[in-house]
Amino acid sequence: MLAAVRCIVYRDLLLAMRRRSDVATALLFFVIVASLFPLGIGAEPEQLRAVAPGVIWVAALLSSLLSLRRLFESDHADGTLEQMLLGSAPLGVIAAAKAAAHWLVAGLPLVAIAPLIALQYGLPSDLYGVLALSLALGTPVLSLIGGIGAALTLGLRGGGVLLALLVLPLYVPVLILGAGAVGMAAAGLAPGAQLLLLGAALVVAAAFAPWAIAAALRISSE
Amino acid sequence: MRWFWYASPQTFFPLAGTIARWCGLAAAVLAAAGLYVGFLVAPTDAQQGEAYRIIFIHVPAAWMSMFLYVVMAFWAALGLALNTRLSGMMASAIAPTGALFTFIALWTGSLWGKPTWGTYWVWDARLTSELILLFLYFGFMALKAAIDDPRRADRAGAVLAIVGVVNVPIIYYSVQWWNTLHQGASVSLTKAPSMAATMLAGMLVMALAFWLYSIAVSMVRVRAIIKERESSGSDPELAR
Repeated sequence: MLAAVRCIVYRDLLLAMRRRSDVATALLFFVIVASLFPLGIGAEPEQLRAVAPGVIWVAALLSSLLSLRRLFESDHADGTLEQMLLGSAPLGVIAAAKAAAHWLVAGLPLVAIAPLIALQYGLPSDLYGVLALSLALGTPVLSLIGGIGAALTLGLRGGGVLLALLVLPLYVPVLILGAGAVGMAAAGLAPGAQLLLLGAALVVAAAFAPWAIAAALRISSE
Repeated sequence: MRWFWYASPQTFFPLAGTIARWCGLAAAVLAAAGLYVGFLVAPTDAQQGEAYRIIFIHVPAAWMSMFLYVVMAFWAALGLALNTRLSGMMASAIAPTGALFTFIALWTGSLWGKPTWGTYWVWDARLTSELILLFLYFGFMALKAAIDDPRRADRAGAVLAIVGVVNVPIIYYSVQWWNTLHQGASVSLTKAPSMAATMLAGMLVMALAFWLYSIAVSMVRVRAIIKERESSGSDPELAR
């Protein structure tokens, strides 16, 4: 079972490495969206500092959403998914491995690059740690919940917009907790409660989402 | 009761017609009575004047919007577990009514908010979670509409509805928490502690009317869905 996990994570990372531009596009999208906000709302440092946690989190949400389509699509197209459904490894474990690989490719780079955006928005440097930590705890939840939507919309026409409609409302708690943690720290309070709740959300999502993804995959590839 | 006897769309079809007729009739009578009590009998509120009378529509609609999502998820889950055709049809039939009540709750709420709070919209916890509930209904309906095979649509919708119903309380509490963090309790929806008995009676009658309306309209819709999906054969029951 662990061998299957290792195999799938390794394979997905290898595929991502072979198509580096896909990974770079999602990351670039994150940076561009975050850069659009000052152009839209004005460059007053006070205002930017106030909206920074929310903007960075919304940009992360959208960027993660953008790359969700890739999660199962190519596997579905070339028949690999069918082999995974037929194989001996439990489908839930495979789904968890796919979500983990998606996070490593689409979520982890956001964690790494977010302090750069925070710098642009003039956030004090002692908040970078909280921001990165909140993203590190929150983005895996996005990958897991998004995986359910990606599996449900597999092979449907207009799947991309539909996926956004299905998944974005479910992302709301993660957005509130993630941006809230940074906001609390910015206000000089301890962000521990939000971070713990994000961690709890991650544990719950990691426990249940893979099985929902598995059920959705079975339905989609009937 | 032979529950599974009615699990077949063919046998359920005539029963749904009867239920729809009686529930629709009862809903009309109760709504007339509730509106009469609400607009003519109930006293004017000391603090809010006449504007409060929107609660006779607003509060029952808000109750139904949340309750119907749970009912929808229940039917969807039942369909997924027992693999019955009718359950998925019931879930599809309930969704538009749920979305309608969510919309009515938001709309009447904003109409009430303008004279009372001075604004059509505030990012209050309840308003925000109701809005997200509306998005969840739309997502459910959009997913079902995007899948051509009705059985697959039912099963995919069921997974989404179950994920949604687990998330609704989480969304509600997170939004409430976010709200208290950001703007404090400047605007509170909590009503005056004691409500006149006639007001409460009017509201409960309206809630009952909305219940019966939801049942009636879901039954009409489920009949339409049964006809649509099962019309290939020449069943005499369905021809009626």
